[in-house]
Amino acid sequence: MSTAADIGIWGVPLAIIGGAIRVSTPFLFVSLGECLTERSGRINLGLEGTLVFGAMSGYAVAYGTGSPWLGVLAAAMAGVLFGLFHGWICKFKGVNDIAIGIALMLLGMGLAFFFGKPYIQPVAPDLPAIPLGWWSDIPQVQAALQVNALFLIGAVLAVALHWMFKNTRVGLAIRVAGDSTDAARAIGLNPDTVRLLSTAAGGALAGVGGAYLSLYYPGSWNEGISSGQGLMAVALVIFARWNPINCFWAALLFGGAGALGPALQSVGVTSGYYLFFAAPYVLTLALLIITSSPDKAMEGAPGALSITK
Amino acid sequence: MSHEPALSTGAIGVEAVSMTKRFGDFTALDEVTLNVRPGTFHALLGENGAGKSTLVKCIMGFYHATEGGLLVDGHEAFVRDPVDAQKLGLGMVYQHFTLVPALTGAENLLISRADAPGVINWRAENARLEAFLDKMPFRVPLDRPTSRLAAGEKQKLEILKQLYLGSRFLILDEPTSVLTPAEADEVLGHVRALCEAGEISVLMITHKFREVTQFADDVSVLRRGKLTGSGPVSDLSHDDMAQMMMGHQPERKEINRTQTKGDTVLSLRGARASDRSGLKSIDIEALDVAAGEILGIAGVSGNGQTELMEMLTGQRRLLGGEIRVKDQPYGASRAEATALKVRYLPEEPLQNACASRMSVAENLAFRLFDHGADGRPKLWKNTRQILDNAKARIAEFNVKTTSPHSPIAALSGGNVQRAVLARELTGDVDLLIVANPCFGLDFAAVAAIRGRILEARNKGVAVLLISEDLDEILELSDRIVVMSEGRIAFETAAATADTAEIGTYMAGHA
Repeated sequence: MSTAADIGIWGVPLAIIGGAIRVSTPFLFVSLGECLTERSGRINLGLEGTLVFGAMSGYAVAYGTGSPWLGVLAAAMAGVLFGLFHGWICKFKGVNDIAIGIALMLLGMGLAFFFGKPYIQPVAPDLPAIPLGWWSDIPQVQAALQVNALFLIGAVLAVALHWMFKNTRVGLAIRVAGDSTDAARAIGLNPDTVRLLSTAAGGALAGVGGAYLSLYYPGSWNEGISSGQGLMAVALVIFARWNPINCFWAALLFGGAGALGPALQSVGVTSGYYLFFAAPYVLTLALLIITSSPDKAMEGAPGALSITK
Repeated sequence: MSHEPALSTGAIGVEAVSMTKRFGDFTALDEVTLNVRPGTFHALLGENGAGKSTLVKCIMGFYHATEGGLLVDGHEAFVRDPVDAQKLGLGMVYQHFTLVPALTGAENLLISRADAPGVINWRAENARLEAFLDKMPFRVPLDRPTSRLAAGEKQKLEILKQLYLGSRFLILDEPTSVLTPAEADEVLGHVRALCEAGEISVLMITHKFREVTQFADDVSVLRRGKLTGSGPVSDLSHDDMAQMMMGHQPERKEINRTQTKGDTVLSLRGARASDRSGLKSIDIEALDVAAGEILGIAGVSGNGQTELMEMLTGQRRLLGGEIRVKDQPYGASRAEATALKVRYLPEEPLQNACASRMSVAENLAFRLFDHGADGRPKLWKNTRQILDNAKARIAEFNVKTTSPHSPIAALSGGNVQRAVLARELTGDVDLLIVANPCFGLDFAAVAAIRGRILEARNKGVAVLLISEDLDEILELSDRIVVMSEGRIAFETAAATADTAEIGTYMAGHA
């Protein structure tokens, strides 16, 4: 308590920054995955299920092999399977991607709880963190700047995705499929294939986001591990206007909001802080209302998306 | 060409030899032979459903001809699919744009290439695109999303795209249907120049005789799947072509203008709204339409006509000013429209004024299903009344449908238009607001629709006609205003209208 007193009220923003980096990583991965999928013209609401299943499978494999990175890989593979399943079903006529997404969300969570029962007790190895606070003597700064490698990978990935959408054939193909099914066909692209692969890749990212939950923060597997990150990522992508780099900042913002409650608690606010645990949800609602417009269609929205059509 | 074309450059000739295409029992194309000589501009005339689209789809490999063959550059060619056609140097510009709206022009061009590189070096590609554009007779800005281009620019980009892909034989499917006369002349002039330079041969599907005489070398006419005539354009008069196309002279119902102008029905004062992009504003200072007159609003597409229509139908929020109908404030609610007898015929009525999967009868009942003869709301729908109404309207307006129960989406464009007009013109009407009523319709349907509008006018209805077809405005209107940049730029009486003057205001040069 004495060290906390040393920096006084500065502990709150510091805790929020540290919390933002820690809490935002799953938001970042899921929203990048959702962004990729939506840019191809499909919406995958099942990412919450993929996230939870990724958390479970990542934890299980990390425990079994002793390597957290193999766990991350396993979570990504599980995500790919969920994505492929979603993409495959959605190519059939008359199938609604939103309904399938909800079904897959419940399926993913159910399967994760079923297979995950034996892994609630054992302890799996954590993902390593990089101490970026070495330059400071203040323990709070050091604690806040314990940055997990996955966060950095996610940040690089956001830039890479943005670059890919602009500068590669694959990126353009995804945008074409997302904007107009007919145009995609006209230039010889199969929109179903493009969407299948985009959904699979998006699923992989969501799986990695899940692995981060179980292998780093909070760092254990239990049934309440996700607090709706997979669903909030959908709102986050809309807020970020389908731009991966915006997704990064939005994820940080959501992470910071999520860290608000614990930060206040840590400096000794004892009453009412739990209200701030709801901050991410309030923020989701507020952002969607503020950024909506009665007159204008959403700018940047992929044209073939079933919610914007 | 920036990338290696599959074949050498220069126009190629294409010949369809005795092509027949059957869909089940229906013969869409009956032994049609058509020869497009290299470097010529060939027009393909025909009414809706004459088989023009079937013919070009057979050439492009969308369909496979039941009988007959295709010669490309003098060699027999088997075109399995459009990709095959592209390899042979055949390209098609569709009636509806195939550009991806969110992508920039440059991105659109690049992704349509079969050999688009995996990683795009934009600096090098842009330089190559620049070099390619320098060789072309016209330019289109390539750095902005194509959704922000005007219709004429999009059409030019479509043509550029085909040239970029190395097409040396170009099929244009009604390329000017979305363009204004000036834009159409410009685009076709450039295409014509490319033909004369020996770069491409062109086969153009069209309805418009003017374009045929002005730009084409040869013409072929289809009627009910058969070739009814072909030859050099210089040998044929408009009447000859009409004869081949219609089988008989088209009947034009001339209605004299009887009613004179009455009281003002619709008036806009200082009505403002933001446009679709949200960047500019629509500002109608003063606009009045009186009973028994047709006020035509002319203008190049994208100058606020769509937004004005949306303001009048209550789909676009007013930022200021007011709309009054018969001196009462008008907000376009269903109750107000009923009370003040305002009716609408929006553009693309299948999309904007119909429930496409509901039956013709149900669509025809949209104005009457929820209240009885006394005007009071009612709870149960009266199936008998709906059906009787449908039968009467179908007969009265000559709507061609297999049954009142078939979905309205199954009707042809002209018949959907007739059905909606039947619904809107039934009962007491004081104000009719019409937008592009004849877009994409064939001769007979156009004449019928215009006749109905004139008839309504003569009965004392105030008509506001928003149209991008200047000929239509000149034919129907009593008074003409020109809309430019979201404002009323010019007003004139139709009787003394000077087309050139209207044109300069439309182009925003005055």
